Amino acid sequence: MGDAEFIAAAAAATIDTAAGPAQPMVLNMGPQHPSTHGVLRVILELDGETVLKARPVIGYLHTGIEKSCESKTYSQCITLTDRIDYLAPLSNNLCFCLAAEKLIGLEVPKRAQYIRVLLTELTRITSHLVWLGTHAIDLGAMSVFLYCFREREEIMKIYEYVSGQRMMTSYFRIGGLALEPPPDLLDRVRRVVDAMPGHIDEYETLLTENRIWMGRTKGIGILKPEDAIAMGASGPMLRGSGIAYDTRKAFPYCSYEEFDFNIPTQTAGDCYARYQVRVAEMRESLKIIRQAMEKIPSQGPFRAEAPGIIPPSREEMKASIEGLIYHFKIFTEGFAPPPGEVYQVIESPRGELGVFMASDGSAKPYRVKFRTPSFVNLQTLSKLAEGRLIADVVACIGTTDIVLGEVDR
Amino acid sequence: MEPQELEKDAVVGKLRQWDAQAVAEVLEFRGEITLVLHRKHLRAMAEYLATEPSLRFSFLSDITTVDRFPMEPRFEVNYHLLSFDLTKRLRLKVRLAGDDVVIPSVIAVWPTANWHERENFDLFGIRFEGHPDLSRILLPDDWEGHPLRKDYPTEGHR
Repeated sequence: MGDAEFIAAAAAATIDTAAGPAQPMVLNMGPQHPSTHGVLRVILELDGETVLKARPVIGYLHTGIEKSCESKTYSQCITLTDRIDYLAPLSNNLCFCLAAEKLIGLEVPKRAQYIRVLLTELTRITSHLVWLGTHAIDLGAMSVFLYCFREREEIMKIYEYVSGQRMMTSYFRIGGLALEPPPDLLDRVRRVVDAMPGHIDEYETLLTENRIWMGRTKGIGILKPEDAIAMGASGPMLRGSGIAYDTRKAFPYCSYEEFDFNIPTQTAGDCYARYQVRVAEMRESLKIIRQAMEKIPSQGPFRAEAPGIIPPSREEMKASIEGLIYHFKIFTEGFAPPPGEVYQVIESPRGELGVFMASDGSAKPYRVKFRTPSFVNLQTLSKLAEGRLIADVVACIGTTDIVLGEVDR
Repeated sequence: MEPQELEKDAVVGKLRQWDAQAVAEVLEFRGEITLVLHRKHLRAMAEYLATEPSLRFSFLSDITTVDRFPMEPRFEVNYHLLSFDLTKRLRLKVRLAGDDVVIPSVIAVWPTANWHERENFDLFGIRFEGHPDLSRILLPDDWEGHPLRKDYPTEGHR
């Protein structure tokens, strides 16, 4: 059944109303609608203001990233991964790099791993800030949005300082990092991290006990734990339903096993529970960042030693003939991992981000698949919204925290 | 790992006990275990893996296809499973010939498969038998061809 058939079936249906049998109304929400966070289209079948059926229609932002990856070398693909989830570019970089490193069998120096942890946790905070701001503005709380974006800006400045880019960072590379991090990076991070708990308290004073906020989110969009698992929901969607599963704990990567943090969960499974989970996650991320700042050694390699795979440093390239040859080879033809298939999973801000990578032994990936949490979580929308009012659909879209670039890839 | 060692894996052992013929091949690469099976066993094995109390692979992460064109059997459909209880991941792999791209749907076992199967249908043209709504998901309904197939042109006009 395509979308046209869905609309035709809805138009042909009859429903019982107080005034006798009637036709349900079919309403297109999006793809141009401010509360759909991009270009999501939801076809709603309505009885008055009550949603009978909701069918998400996606693909308006499909850019064929997986196909593009097949004609690029492994290193070139990294720039495409930024554009999948543009609110958490570093998480995507990380997952892709980890998958490639697993394929090659490459060990990354601890210093690079801790910096990766530091930056991906900052990414989690920025991503949750955008989610909180936009979710609140969707539900009519304008000021939260302004506060959230103020703090996000500070973290974006750190991105820019570290990688030269605010959004499309491409800072993680296969084997480590793109550049030596600037010497006063940690001071800048510390300033943000010290200020953040106060800011989070500020958002909470605006929302947590706000009666309008509670009215708009409590008991709305309930996802039962068994449904969450059956629908493949992950991240805060799963933890808001009471399942304490986090990839960072279950399948640690980047030395996450060395960090001490909790997995915030809530059992209500509604929009409010997911709000609480995400706010608590920001606080946990701050905890992880503080630990990472302690662990990061000030000196040491920021990428692995692997001639032929990792480009040599500028000095080495100019001083030694091997360095020059490797440099030339890596940037003209790339490197060839052994044939095989790997599936690497990380905990992105939105949930389980997976990269499936198949190599045929050539310098370009034979197939790359991005298992994006937004795509899978969006599937629950029908379940969350059906039987509720149109205004609640907005809350349900907001609470799934989708990024359309990630849904459509 | 050697093939004999793989047979000692708890999940593999359990599956051998359940049906000695179902798993055609056990592969290992970088610590990830892949079970190759024929499509006729897929539905029953999915049911068993998801419901058997000692395994409980209740979470389907992903379904994805690899096109090995021009090799035959051309398509490999991969199912990435996760068991919360065992904290273990598993990959099921079903190989399909290019002229017979039909495979049973697993929606009844893992409802999340719905969109994954639509995506594989859309981009690879795999037909999932028993899917209630096998329509395109990322591309427009009137799109011709399946872009992630290796014989789909990457340049020029359509």
